[in-house]
Amino acid sequence: MKRLLIALLLLFTLPALGAKVETGDPDLDRAFEALLGSDFAAKQAALQQLVANERPERFQWVEGILDGRLRVLKKEKRVVWVEKDGRQFKATDALTAQVLGEFKKRKLKKFRINNSLRRTIRSILAARDLDSPDPRARRKAVEAILENPSPDQIALLQPRIEKETDPAVLDAMQLVMALAKLQSPDEPERLKAIKGVSGSLEPAVRQALVRLAENDPSPSVQKSAATALRKIEDRVRVMGQIETLFFGLSLGSVLVLAAIGLAITFGVMGVINMAHGELIMLGAYTTYLIQQLMPGLPGVSLLLSIPAAFLVSGSVGIAIERGIIRFLYGRPLETLLATFGVSLILQQLVRTVISPQNVPVSNPEFMSGQLFINSALSLTYNRLYIILFCMLVFVGLFLVLKRTRLGLEVRAVAQNRGMARAMGVRAARVDALTFGLGSGIAGVAGVALSQLTNVGPNLGQQYIVDSFMVVVFGGVGNLWGTLVGGLGLGIANKFMEPWAGAVMAKILILVFVILFIQKRPRGLFPQKGRAAED
Amino acid sequence: MFLLRPLKGDRGGQIFVALLVALVIAVTVMANLPQENPLHLSSYTVTLLGKYLTYALLAVALDLVWGYLGILSLGHAAFFALGGYAMGMYLMRQIGDRGVYGNPELPDFMVFLNWHELPWYWQGFDQFWFAMLMVMLVPGLLAFVFGWFAFRSRVTGVYLSIITQALTYALMLAFFRNEMGFGGNNGLTDFKDILGFSLQSDATRLGLFIASAVVLLLGYLACRAIVASRLGRVAVAIRDAESRARFVGYRVELFKLAIFTFSAVLAGIAGALYVPQVGIINPSEFQPLNSIEVVVWVAVGGRATLYGAVLGAVGVNYAKTWLTGVLPDAWLFALGALFVLVTLFLPRGVVGLLRREKEQ
Amino acid sequence: MSDILRRDRVFDFMVAREVEDLDLSHGTVLYMEDVSVSFDGFKAINGLNFYVDTGELRCVIGPNGAGKTTMMDIITGKTRPDTGSCWFGQRLNLLQMDEPEIAQAGIGRKFQKPTVFEHHSVFENLELAMAGPKTVWSTLTARLTPEEKGQIEEVLEVIGLQDESGRRAGSLSHGQKQWLEIGMLLMQDPLLLLVDEPAAGMTHQEMDRTVALLKSLAGKHSVVVVEHDMDFVRSLESRVTVLHQGGVLAEGSMDQVQNDPRVIEVYLGGADAEG
Repeated sequence: MKRLLIALLLLFTLPALGAKVETGDPDLDRAFEALLGSDFAAKQAALQQLVANERPERFQWVEGILDGRLRVLKKEKRVVWVEKDGRQFKATDALTAQVLGEFKKRKLKKFRINNSLRRTIRSILAARDLDSPDPRARRKAVEAILENPSPDQIALLQPRIEKETDPAVLDAMQLVMALAKLQSPDEPERLKAIKGVSGSLEPAVRQALVRLAENDPSPSVQKSAATALRKIEDRVRVMGQIETLFFGLSLGSVLVLAAIGLAITFGVMGVINMAHGELIMLGAYTTYLIQQLMPGLPGVSLLLSIPAAFLVSGSVGIAIERGIIRFLYGRPLETLLATFGVSLILQQLVRTVISPQNVPVSNPEFMSGQLFINSALSLTYNRLYIILFCMLVFVGLFLVLKRTRLGLEVRAVAQNRGMARAMGVRAARVDALTFGLGSGIAGVAGVALSQLTNVGPNLGQQYIVDSFMVVVFGGVGNLWGTLVGGLGLGIANKFMEPWAGAVMAKILILVFVILFIQKRPRGLFPQKGRAAED
Repeated sequence: MFLLRPLKGDRGGQIFVALLVALVIAVTVMANLPQENPLHLSSYTVTLLGKYLTYALLAVALDLVWGYLGILSLGHAAFFALGGYAMGMYLMRQIGDRGVYGNPELPDFMVFLNWHELPWYWQGFDQFWFAMLMVMLVPGLLAFVFGWFAFRSRVTGVYLSIITQALTYALMLAFFRNEMGFGGNNGLTDFKDILGFSLQSDATRLGLFIASAVVLLLGYLACRAIVASRLGRVAVAIRDAESRARFVGYRVELFKLAIFTFSAVLAGIAGALYVPQVGIINPSEFQPLNSIEVVVWVAVGGRATLYGAVLGAVGVNYAKTWLTGVLPDAWLFALGALFVLVTLFLPRGVVGLLRREKEQ
Repeated sequence: MSDILRRDRVFDFMVAREVEDLDLSHGTVLYMEDVSVSFDGFKAINGLNFYVDTGELRCVIGPNGAGKTTMMDIITGKTRPDTGSCWFGQRLNLLQMDEPEIAQAGIGRKFQKPTVFEHHSVFENLELAMAGPKTVWSTLTARLTPEEKGQIEEVLEVIGLQDESGRRAGSLSHGQKQWLEIGMLLMQDPLLLLVDEPAAGMTHQEMDRTVALLKSLAGKHSVVVVEHDMDFVRSLESRVTVLHQGGVLAEGSMDQVQNDPRVIEVYLGGADAEG
């Protein structure tokens, strides 16, 4: 009976015990064999032995043990990387990188580990990252520890703090140390640690401080934690405000982009173009069409869309000016009605030719994601790009008006049409080009908007009232006014949203502008002098 | 015929009044013919005609401020819609406990939003007289407050047009909000009866049509009385040479304020007659497009004639009904083209065209 | 002619109100003291002192940009000065009144460029200018009385437009518009008339008639004429004020002024520069 039992036991343990590894390096063989065994203390030792080895792949092996990709082929006695391929596993020799073909699962033996081994492996990996020459990798390692701190990992940090040269990594390391000290049983130690973390925006710090402020046995620690918390909350609030400001700036940039073409046609030429919104819409649709032509290249097609949209909207604008507006100069109300008619026609045209539904416009990769500033503040790239783009367009337009012959002529015609004509400026041509310029900018704005909102036939309608508000608020005939007006209204809108709600904020802005116009009918930056009269 | 005195010297107006009277008589007779009779007018047609008449009143109101005073309001549909909402609130209260939720006091949408009490501004709307007062008072008050600020600070021309558009846009956004207590997106609808008469019955519909015709006639005569008086001449003087009018001693802002407010009240009344006939009022009535459409009615008909506004409103809306039936996609093309062609080739509208032919 | 322009009984209401507010006991109808105004840093009026006596006819001359039109703008409430005071009689502070109030108080103005109500007939233009209550309600209910009608017809005769009474003002010639505007001033029946370049676009005969009209108005009204045409100014035979760079350069009879070396300097100096 006893024999039988032993025989059975042998039968079960034999494969395990009998697993042999032949790598050609006896040290490695021993370590791997121990790792395949069932003695966890021996496994711990074997891990250290493995890492002490000089081979460059050693950390990958350890990682492979952790996630199960490193196994042993029982018959061939080789350590292999496995990759699941259907029901079979593809095996590659871990030392020679020789492809060994496909095997059934039962031909492979896994390194069995427990939680304690897992912790050890993580520490080993963290230590590797902490010793990495790349500061970004070091920082990532520290952050990983911060998210999931354990005493042995913190112990890894201690000797490395003194050697650290990168300030950002050093900050992060000190933060982890301080967090660890927050749990220290020693009261002065805790107080010191609280001082050390004050001002940090890490959620882990805040959680720890909240715990201290509520549960710490020492009242002085409680008080000091509460103070630190308040300080942190203040900073978080400031960050929140910065974020709102950022949102406001990006909304304002959209407004400026939408309005700046109008500022030219309305401000410089005195023409009310109600079809301006539809010119923006055409720009957005141009983006869509170019993306359809170049599938799979959203980035390139977006960049190409900018000149294309400028040309499309610009030429439609010139057509409107030559076909309609030039017969109506000096009759602003009639111009308003006629261009409104054009806007209806353009809208319906898009509905009939393309689709009455919204069309999908994809965002290129570089537009997604966000810029991380700190734990309480990160800025999305698409908004950042919009702000940047708006500034570029503004500067470009400004230079065109200030530095080029066309700009000079535009300003001359705007100030005194008769005199400009007498000086040899061909007013009709300048009118057409100015209108084309303003319309082209509207098209460019459409490209930007296509990245932010739905592209549909009603896109223009949503922006026309806002654009007029911006131009009128900023002061007609003044590009700076449009910039300040647009950014100002955008920021004001975003700051009101938290307590008023999005729709109410918009209504309040409209009401504000209506009242403002009554107080200062010529806007923020009025044109002055006798020429502005009547 | 004291009432008809303003028509003296207004040939177009005389024709208009004669046609309107003839229309009312004809519709009354034809609607009462037996169904088999080929001349029988369905109540659908009667209601459609009634709707046109309310539009005509709105157009007359706009023509008074645009044609005679030179204020191009791009927000007149807002006053129309406000009058409509006031009427709609009365009609909602008349539903009583016949709503889906059967709440005797609260309209369905409030029950749906879990409101337990009627908001203060809904009080009193169960009384017809109070609702009618509000139909005039709310648009009038808004126009007064708006005009008080705008005209005193001498906002004129396109600036004024743009802020009137902003006004109606802001109202649209506001009425879309459920929290406003006017039914949000869906607005007010499912009306049952008015003054105890069922809104579904042919007789009520005919009655509403006749009421619209009578109010249009009265509104026209009132506007005509203003236009024919010295007040009307002052208005035109302000339109043509505002600062001269000031130096002659007229308080331009008060004249603008008075006429603008009166016009808004007329628009509100038109809206109040519109709502029971179409059976719904929702925030899309505040759309800037609606207000601009009114402008095009007046432009097509011929501004500063009053009867031209009527002609334009009925004509354009008839074309709209017809065209949206035949070629739904073509309507916006046609409307857009109408804007462009009228401003380019018919600055004085159809009436101007007819007059020119007579002059030649 | 002067008899046409006399205050009619119809206007008792206005007269009573004016006498009540307007105190002309010191014989001066307009005081402008130390008035300055600048546009964008350019001083259009600079420390101007200007007085007009009751019943006086006064001419104001000066080169372009001397501030003549701006001065009128200040008096009629179109422009607010930065500093200084401006009184109508002893009691009415013009700086606290707006254009219609000033017009109602009795200051009438003819613009440099004739502005009339183009879509109205000549008759209607005069009717609108007529002195009297000018509130919304009173205009709505106004009916022309025979006296008022008679008065309009008399003014029509004075301005020589009796045959054009029903014509649209927009279709009048430039000179006729000038006359119509003067007629509107007469209908307003102001105490102080500000007339900006009345002779522009007029023939010699018309000019003579204008001179006669303006002279006849003086005495019962105070009249301030701004004019470029020196012959016209000479024939008015009035005191002349020369404005230069926003201030008064000289004042006196036409002969005195013309011999003033400073005036010669300004005018001839300007001529030199241009030549």
